[in-house]
Amino acid sequence: MIVVEQKPLEEILKMIEGFNSILLIGCDGCAGIYQVGGEKQTEVLKELLDMGQKIRSKREIKLDTAMVLRQCDLDMVETSLKPLAEKYGAIVSLACGVGVQTLAQVLENKVVIPANNTRFIGMLDREDNKFYELCSACAECILFETGGICPVTRCGKSLLNGPCGGQALGKCEVGGWKKDCAWVLIYNRLREKNMLDYFTKFREPRDFRVRQGPREMGRE
Amino acid sequence: MTKQVYSELMRSITEGKFTFTGEIEPVKTTNLHEVIETAKILKGHVVAANITDNPTAFAYMNSLIPSYVIQRDVGLEAVYQMVSRDRNRIALTSDLLAAGYLGIKNVLALSGDHTTVGDNPGAKPVYDLDSTGLLYLIRKMVDEGVDLAGNKIDNPPKFHVGVAAALGADPIEPELLKIERKVKIGVDYIQTQATYDVDVAKRFLKLTEHLDIPTLIGIAPLKSIPMLDWMIKFVPGIVIPQDFQDRLRKAKERGGKEAIFQENIEFFGEFVKEIKATTHAAGIHIMAIGFEWIVPKIIDRAGFKAIG
Repeated sequence: MIVVEQKPLEEILKMIEGFNSILLIGCDGCAGIYQVGGEKQTEVLKELLDMGQKIRSKREIKLDTAMVLRQCDLDMVETSLKPLAEKYGAIVSLACGVGVQTLAQVLENKVVIPANNTRFIGMLDREDNKFYELCSACAECILFETGGICPVTRCGKSLLNGPCGGQALGKCEVGGWKKDCAWVLIYNRLREKNMLDYFTKFREPRDFRVRQGPREMGRE
Repeated sequence: MTKQVYSELMRSITEGKFTFTGEIEPVKTTNLHEVIETAKILKGHVVAANITDNPTAFAYMNSLIPSYVIQRDVGLEAVYQMVSRDRNRIALTSDLLAAGYLGIKNVLALSGDHTTVGDNPGAKPVYDLDSTGLLYLIRKMVDEGVDLAGNKIDNPPKFHVGVAAALGADPIEPELLKIERKVKIGVDYIQTQATYDVDVAKRFLKLTEHLDIPTLIGIAPLKSIPMLDWMIKFVPGIVIPQDFQDRLRKAKERGGKEAIFQENIEFFGEFVKEIKATTHAAGIHIMAIGFEWIVPKIIDRAGFKAIG
């Protein structure tokens, strides 16, 4: 999922300054699962903004909430949100950057305010209650060769032919030897699977044109 | 790998001489006085000196210029260190072409410590190529006269290409497989990271014997007790034998700084002797940043004469 993190309240309050009616729109996609964009969180942010702006500007403004299943779905936003959103002066999006931009495209005459910073594509590990980045959308997946562990994302240097000298006891120098060295994980995994040929294979420098932004992709 | 010999370093190695290399660190300055003076100290004792490329991701003077200057002004051959951390393939190719013009003969291809451990930790790390990719680029330039994309180079450069090795890496297997992969691409020599444990060096040499690549074992004398403590505390995986630690601490109590220097000379003198006598190592790479004067003393203590 796309992992998002709510911005500091002060930052959001600054962006909503001057608007008299605001619609907060949550997202039941990535941002809603375990995260900050769900229905409850949207209500909570509404209350916080209400209190916060009362203290700051000493005036009443209209704050409401709405939900959408996936804020990144253009059609869904168009049909389920557009008529409602037109009634407000500004929109606060609790989705990822894609959701914010989808809203901004559909509601082109509105100011759309991001409530979140979009962090990365990752997974929630329930054991330590942390999100971990696992994919960089590099457009050339080599997970088959690397035992299902992505070096492009999980190696601090994105090495294709690791590990480097910054590995010690299976840990990485990036962040002070607390995180796992992806290439040691890959080595162990491939050895278990009897696939070490893929470890020793030379992976040539990549052609970065495939991930040259802005990226687009046609559909059959 | 390369049949032809372009450099003094490779000549010394291929002639079977036990070869010493040193290391010089250009710092955050526009002045090369220190570099030149250090090169003068090392000349006649080491065959070549590595010039570090923004070591530990500290933004220092570009390593190419000092590499050129020690060759021109002091007559000491350089091992031009190059990390892939700060430049993409265009900039690396460009610098390698310039190095060819400036008469650089040895390049050491490295990935480089990560930007986050350096003195500009907010910098964007590049790593367009990894160290293997950089080696591959240099091989293409030297052997095929083309860049990575296959574009022809007029008057291609002639370099000997070395790689580093984390000889004490734990686990060691992935490191060995990585070196094997590099050897397949074409490695002229290996300069290892520093070790303090002669058994670690011996084990590494044994594990890589089948690769048949000349290997210089890295050593890094310890200037002070704080430096020793720092290594123990902040460099995980580094093994500094208890015996050597005790010797350094006792030396400090006995005779302060001077005694620590003397203990280093004794310890590494013996270390070098042992490597020479019991292994097939091609030589020793000595990293003594900030007190390079100790290098000739260690070499002398190990029983080697100055180079003519």
